[in-house]
Amino acid sequence: MVDLKVNIGELELKNPVLTASGTFGFGEEFADFVDLNRLGGVIVKGTTLEPRQGNDYPRMAETPSGMLNAVGLQNKGVDYFIDTIYPRLKEYAQMETIVNVSGSRIEDYAEVCRRLNERTDIRAVEINISCPNVKQGGMAFGTTTAGAAAVTKAVRAAFDRTLIIKLSPNVTDITEIARAVEAEGADAVSMINTLMGMAVDVERRKPKLSTVTGGLSGPAVRPVAVRMVWQTYKAVKIPIIGLGGIMTANDALEFIMAGATAVQIGTANFVDPAVTEKVVDGLAEYCSRHGESSIRNLIGCIH
Amino acid sequence: MKKIIDFEVRENSPLSRSACLLKLSPADGSPLPECRPGQFVEVKIPAGADVLLRRPISINYVDTVANELWLLVRAAGRGTDVLCGMPVGSRLNIVMPLGNGFSIPQTGTSPRLLLVGGGVGVAPLLHLGHELRDAGFAPCFLLGARTEDELLERGLFEALGEVSISTDDGSCGVKGVVTDHDIWESPFDMVYCCGPAPMMKAVARKSREKGIACEVSLENMMACGLGACLCCVEPTVKGNVCVCTDGPVFNIDSLLW
Repeated sequence: MVDLKVNIGELELKNPVLTASGTFGFGEEFADFVDLNRLGGVIVKGTTLEPRQGNDYPRMAETPSGMLNAVGLQNKGVDYFIDTIYPRLKEYAQMETIVNVSGSRIEDYAEVCRRLNERTDIRAVEINISCPNVKQGGMAFGTTTAGAAAVTKAVRAAFDRTLIIKLSPNVTDITEIARAVEAEGADAVSMINTLMGMAVDVERRKPKLSTVTGGLSGPAVRPVAVRMVWQTYKAVKIPIIGLGGIMTANDALEFIMAGATAVQIGTANFVDPAVTEKVVDGLAEYCSRHGESSIRNLIGCIH
Repeated sequence: MKKIIDFEVRENSPLSRSACLLKLSPADGSPLPECRPGQFVEVKIPAGADVLLRRPISINYVDTVANELWLLVRAAGRGTDVLCGMPVGSRLNIVMPLGNGFSIPQTGTSPRLLLVGGGVGVAPLLHLGHELRDAGFAPCFLLGARTEDELLERGLFEALGEVSISTDDGSCGVKGVVTDHDIWESPFDMVYCCGPAPMMKAVARKSREKGIACEVSLENMMACGLGACLCCVEPTVKGNVCVCTDGPVFNIDSLLW
């Protein structure tokens, strides 16, 4: 029996496989395909202080080995999440639910975290300081060390339990940002959010997205993400959650060997709604095949 | 319950220069899940085609006797080009059934029903037409296309009810678009419509003018098909909603058209 357990802050995950925010709804959308209780955890769709309608259609464009999205944080707001959605999710009691938080102002991030903090069974939040698809805030906080540190400090003061900061790859040196959020008390970093990109419809001579630019995800970004995890592993002591184009257990292992303690599966959920469980099984199979008693032996093993 | 099913291609017939009809059966012989008219499936483009995302395709018909799922596909890009070239015996991985469906009138009533399809948009109306006829209703069909060559499954519709036709070039039926047809002079209680967005908007306007209830099937670009990615949204009276889960069929009163 292979031990797949890993620790992120106060969380002990039964395995390293999480779902990336915005690609797995609230988990229930995938309940026909996946035994949610077998996953390490589900990071739910991002929530903001106030409800948001998101950006105009079209919000998506397929690109080589990937896709661009510009959803723009459409959600019903944190109060609706706490009062209506979260109680429903408790039906999947074994499912570790991590709440993703976004905002346009530092005070909003902090207020959302304060409200989530009152629900003491919410054990972890992931702070999105890297959304490329909102006009104000979002990625702006994630692209400077000062901005990233300021948001982390505010949410650290507001939330007592496990705090994960999701980093933007749209920076010159991601290790500086990781160090800055670690210094302000983050328990872990997830990396990477989408890479800013765009695509043009040449027949109509218009950008394919209503917002012109959007966030690139999928296998196309994986080598960039693995490289950034590898660099950051040497720069910080807190655990790294790796994501970016993971489609298979081997892809997940690239991140783990580069230094990730856990991984998130995102775009692959759109291609194969049952992929997350397959990655869990694949990690166990790899460990047995290589005589590893614990997946933890592989974290950062190529350094 | 939604399922992921491996299908085998039983038949692939070209219906026009750009459209084909795929008849698929579950490879393991298991019975097809129950599908409502208007629902759709998400088809994975086979490995090697370099297409990442699944393609949403309307259910054209479910043949419960032969245990076959019919998909009417227009080759309109890298994904659907591959689908139209799938040889008999090859495999396709499909997530289904997805979305809501058209509303079926209450039994015991006899509403006058007009099913309006444009181009490959006729696809879900075949399934709907069968269901309506089997429930004892007498659906009328209005099919539109650019030319006679592009009228799809005309014979199959004629077996279900009275068929009216319009073509842009006048090669068959009334010359013009579907809303130019004089069938609209007849009284109807309900219009069901699927086709290109400008055509559906014209049909919605016509139905409103005449005070007829109308349902349309939208085909916004999708990624997941499961209500998770929030890419296929349509603005409605309730704000932005996912076409894949709140639709694809909408009553026009809920849309901002």
